[in-house]
Amino acid sequence: MIPALPPDTMMPEPWRVRSVVRESADVYTLGLESLSSPVPPFLPGQFNMLYAFGVGEVPISLSGDAADVSGFVHTIRAVGAVSTALSQAQPDSVLGLRGPFGCGWPLTEASGHDILIVAGGLGLAPLRPVIYHLLAHSEHFGRITILHGSRSPAEILFRSELAMWQTRPDVSVAITVDHADPTWHGHVGVVPALVERAVFDPPGTIAFVCGPEVMMRFSAAALLAAGVGANRIHVSMERNMKCAIGLCGHCQFGADFVCRDGPVLPYDRIAKRLAVPEL
Amino acid sequence: MSPSAPAPARKGMIIDRDGLQSLLDRLSARGFDVIGPTVRDGAIIYDRISSVDVMPEGWTDDQDAARYRLARRSDMALFGYAVGPHSWRRFLQPPEERLWQATRQQVGLTIHTTAVPSAPYAFIGVRACELRAISIQDRVFLEGPHPDRRYAERRRGAFIVAVNCTEAGGTCFCASMGSGPRAADGFDLALTELIDANGHRFLLEVGTDAGAASVEDLPSRDADAGALVAAEEATARAAAGMRRKMATAGLKELLQANPEHPHWSEVAERCLACANCTLVCPTCFCSTVADYTDLRGHEADRVRRWDSCFAADFSSIHGGPVRASRRARYRQWMSHKLAHWIDQFDISGCVGCGRCITWCPVGIDITVEAAAIRAAPPRPAAGEGDDDGNA
Repeated sequence: MIPALPPDTMMPEPWRVRSVVRESADVYTLGLESLSSPVPPFLPGQFNMLYAFGVGEVPISLSGDAADVSGFVHTIRAVGAVSTALSQAQPDSVLGLRGPFGCGWPLTEASGHDILIVAGGLGLAPLRPVIYHLLAHSEHFGRITILHGSRSPAEILFRSELAMWQTRPDVSVAITVDHADPTWHGHVGVVPALVERAVFDPPGTIAFVCGPEVMMRFSAAALLAAGVGANRIHVSMERNMKCAIGLCGHCQFGADFVCRDGPVLPYDRIAKRLAVPEL
Repeated sequence: MSPSAPAPARKGMIIDRDGLQSLLDRLSARGFDVIGPTVRDGAIIYDRISSVDVMPEGWTDDQDAARYRLARRSDMALFGYAVGPHSWRRFLQPPEERLWQATRQQVGLTIHTTAVPSAPYAFIGVRACELRAISIQDRVFLEGPHPDRRYAERRRGAFIVAVNCTEAGGTCFCASMGSGPRAADGFDLALTELIDANGHRFLLEVGTDAGAASVEDLPSRDADAGALVAAEEATARAAAGMRRKMATAGLKELLQANPEHPHWSEVAERCLACANCTLVCPTCFCSTVADYTDLRGHEADRVRRWDSCFAADFSSIHGGPVRASRRARYRQWMSHKLAHWIDQFDISGCVGCGRCITWCPVGIDITVEAAAIRAAPPRPAAGEGDDDGNA
């Protein structure tokens, strides 16, 4: 017989917005607290489905500290109807939330290694929980290098935190922008170019890469060229998602359901697929 | 009916048309919502049936690529046709259903689930390929890390009366996929319709205890050796009569090694991306969700409905669809069905029912397209050697 009925994973629960921080022109960070159940634990790299009343639901990565069990933090760029509605949420308003879902960054495997974080644009958000974890457990890791690229100086995400992380002796931070303005005196160019300039020990390094797909492909190529093994490069994929539990079919990438088998996937598993347009 | 019940030894009883009516009556009396074949709009479809009288008595179907026509038979067979545009997934995974409702409160919102209708289904006339399709959807919706509660509710109470095919439809290839034409397991009862010098009757076989209980004291007689032989021969005739074949050996590896095969572009020139193939497929499981509010903005519904990988926005992310071209969408559908499905669920997603061939408005034939890719030499894909193309 079919066993006892499983829980209804499609049902969101109400969560209250307790803080809203505007990060840049169209990027907002929401702090959320549960109104019904205890806050479930999450792994850096996982995501939740956030529901804006009557508008819809979208997958958003967790961008807060996994050690903070008081709530969830999400960083959202207003690009579509749902993300715009979510980013306009006011403190004390209530959203729907399901999750966390998906596989996180392989932190256990990364133990004992130098860590290279490569983040393009909003891709820094799903990597921030990793950085918090690395900094809190720095005795388990070697050098930490954070490479971040954004379109313009005004869009550099978590800028004050990046500056703070840079002051630590075991952390290097390099930032590049696609388009400089008169205030900018740093690197200009794409993120993969930072990989080429970065000082790190390729054989002892594990790389975590998140950003637009084209940026991840070129970053992975730069990492491979630098001598980082394909099995030590991990990327976080973005695909259309409706259910987040491998049932709706939208996020398929070859045989992987990105929502369930990813979003973090080892580069060696998907390199061939990434090279096929429109797969 | 348990998805893993053992195949029963071939023995059974004989019932006639009245016996079948008694069975429908009993199932109805036991609270089942009895669903079976009937004729509507020039096609044989599945709907609620209360009587044998509304079944497609004396009808058959003429099927070929992009062709489906009903025709009169010379006999009064009740199951003398192959599968139509419907499959049982429209009951187990409805085309559209409300998942939940949300209500805006003075502060915040409440979200409440909506119940699945409580009457269990009894499916009458489930073909062997369709039993396989149900077992495949069981793997998709029940056996993964996040089973679907609503599917589980509908599936666990379902009573299945299978029908063994005694004639092959024009687009059938279940024998290639190993799913038919005889129902091996997965049913509560199985019928084989026999019309010969000994009259019009049904060999009835029992698959489960629930099936046995349902036919206790049903007007019947023991099956004689002649009926058993006739049933065996009839299903063998159906297998032999299939005009289409799918070569499955190495098909997964072939498709996964050839995402850039020129034949994908050739198919794309014919494919209309209409999604018919995915809507008639008994195993396609993709769905989307949609949100509606009332005019005051106080109530919001979330609806889940069938979706298709041929739809333009199916793969959309910020920046546009991942699969913008029809070439990529057809490649996704066929590669998923025949190749990735095996990595995901340890079984092909194709049961050989032929619906996608029949209902394709331009007659694209999955067996022909697979053969065309096999006929041309495999090409190495980009970056070969660093990835097996699957999970």
